[in-house]
Amino acid sequence: MSMQTDLQSTPLISCRDVTKTYVMGTQKVHALKGVDLTFQRGEMTSIMGPSGSGKSTLMNLIGALDVPTSGDLEINGKNLANLKSNDLADLRNETIGFVFQQFNLLGRSSALTNVKLPLRYSRKPLANIEARAAECLEMVGLGDRMDHRPMQLSGGQQQRVAIARALAGSPSILLADEPTGALDTKTSEDIMDLLTGLSKQGITVIIVTHEHEVAEYAARKIHFRDGEIERDERSTS
Amino acid sequence: MKFGVALKSALEALRANPMRSFLTMLGIMIGVASVMAMMAISEGAARQVDAQISSLGANNLSVRPGADRRGGRSSGAGGRTPFTDGDIEDLRSEPYALAVSGRINGSGTVVAGETNWSTSIYGVNADYFISQAWEAQEGRILEDREITSGQASAVIGVTIADTLFEGSSALGQKIRVNNVPLTVVGVLEKKGQSNFGSDRDDVVIIPIVTARNRVLGGNRTVRNYVSDISVSVTPGYDMALAQDELEERLRVIRKIRPGKSDDFRVFNIADFIRARSSTQATFGILLAFTAAVSLIVGGVGVMNIMLVSVTERTREIGLRMAIGARKQDILGQFLFEALGLCLIGGIIGSGLGVGAARLASKLGDFPVTISPTIALVSIGASVLIGLFFGFFPARRAAQLNPIEALRHD
Repeated sequence: MSMQTDLQSTPLISCRDVTKTYVMGTQKVHALKGVDLTFQRGEMTSIMGPSGSGKSTLMNLIGALDVPTSGDLEINGKNLANLKSNDLADLRNETIGFVFQQFNLLGRSSALTNVKLPLRYSRKPLANIEARAAECLEMVGLGDRMDHRPMQLSGGQQQRVAIARALAGSPSILLADEPTGALDTKTSEDIMDLLTGLSKQGITVIIVTHEHEVAEYAARKIHFRDGEIERDERSTS
Repeated sequence: MKFGVALKSALEALRANPMRSFLTMLGIMIGVASVMAMMAISEGAARQVDAQISSLGANNLSVRPGADRRGGRSSGAGGRTPFTDGDIEDLRSEPYALAVSGRINGSGTVVAGETNWSTSIYGVNADYFISQAWEAQEGRILEDREITSGQASAVIGVTIADTLFEGSSALGQKIRVNNVPLTVVGVLEKKGQSNFGSDRDDVVIIPIVTARNRVLGGNRTVRNYVSDISVSVTPGYDMALAQDELEERLRVIRKIRPGKSDDFRVFNIADFIRARSSTQATFGILLAFTAAVSLIVGGVGVMNIMLVSVTERTREIGLRMAIGARKQDILGQFLFEALGLCLIGGIIGSGLGVGAARLASKLGDFPVTISPTIALVSIGASVLIGLFFGFFPARRAAQLNPIEALRHD
């Protein structure tokens, strides 16, 4: 019981004085210079900032693709610094969903097979991978396109397949890196509506974007500059 | 590692580039086929040697009088005092002697009807057929009583039977050997070529007594002479020991004083053939080594293509890692891809190897032995090649940084 309340009171993601330094040859690049941030369950946040401001680095850290140089990054109460390569892989598989600008679908496989992929890497016993993948495709409105290959789908449809793939493992966090970067305005709106709907269902959605129209969908907007948080604003709506 | 997804991804990758997969497999196919053909050929040669040894009659020690050297001139092997029937009787009581056969040999003309044929004539005792493990395919071999009483009987080799009695049975037919009329009582089983290339079926075998008295003639100095003796050693008895004891016994029989050198030679023909075939074996090893080199070259080809495959699919690897593939999942996927290339190549290659060995056998007229062991060893070798040369590219894929891999284009 107390466990339950703990989980609800503690944020899903918490960064405390997180730094990330890359060594490029003889130069050190300070991509993040001590970032303090928390994200609550079901929160929808957009992260903006010029290139090199550190927003992608933060995404990679939250996505457990990389570990901080110093500071603490906790996801679901687990400190990433203590996790081994395999544990990070499992965390990505079970807790995090990725959506990329270039979709990154397997071109030779059907929409259904693409969505099944994270489930096939799962270490949790899964009753019916096929049914779960189909359910996710229904959720993004592609129930009638399951056997299509990416080539046979429009850009917006491909991004929907990618979102379905990100949802397959029932993640608590969905990370979208420029999800509308390769789409036209109308399609972008559809995709953003889809992501907004997912956050309302309790998924923490974090979007990295250059576009203000896209950022406006999120109730919380964080601006990065030179590896630091410039502004962290919440619109009251 | 998640076995299923790794295997499925690997097979998809192989199917995606059928031409490239085929060309890569081709290297392995050629390697496995040549390894297999070489093994089949050298195995065949080894079996042939074994067959030759056993056709001599196993465990035989040959005894001949030594070469006669007087005044710096050698009279050739067998120049010294010949052995006799008495010596044979004497050797029969030796503990290791299963059979002691004696033979005199010569040549002559065989005539049957209008045909005549120049051939080898052996006069033998009954043990000869035991020591040579030679039986009649038609009729019977010579019996002890017709040998000791010097009957006018003969058994003939298949070559003679075919030459003189083309088509009809030789049994009961009259032949004349050096103008002595003889009755054919049996046709011997085919022995084939001797180790020295002569036709061992081109022979007429008659009782030793008949040979001495009427057909080939006796020896001027020794009564009841035999030109060579063959002692069959009881199975299980140590051959080297038997040879020592036989030499010891012969020195006593021939009254050679201590310190004097032997006037006879004892040799083990099986040893002689084995020594000669070791040259063949060396050659076979050399061929197999060359074949193995071509298999390794095929493996390098696999490694090359796997490195290309990893580079091409860097983004895909990044994506798989982002959605939860562990390092070993990626390692497994690419290892299976390399293994798939090598295993399929190996299976097709071993089929080609069987064909190549058969063709070589037909064209070159030598025996090949294709055993399941050889096929398994060849395919196993290709699997090892796949593991070995697939590991480096697979590890490279598994070690990729997912962030950089996702940015790759």
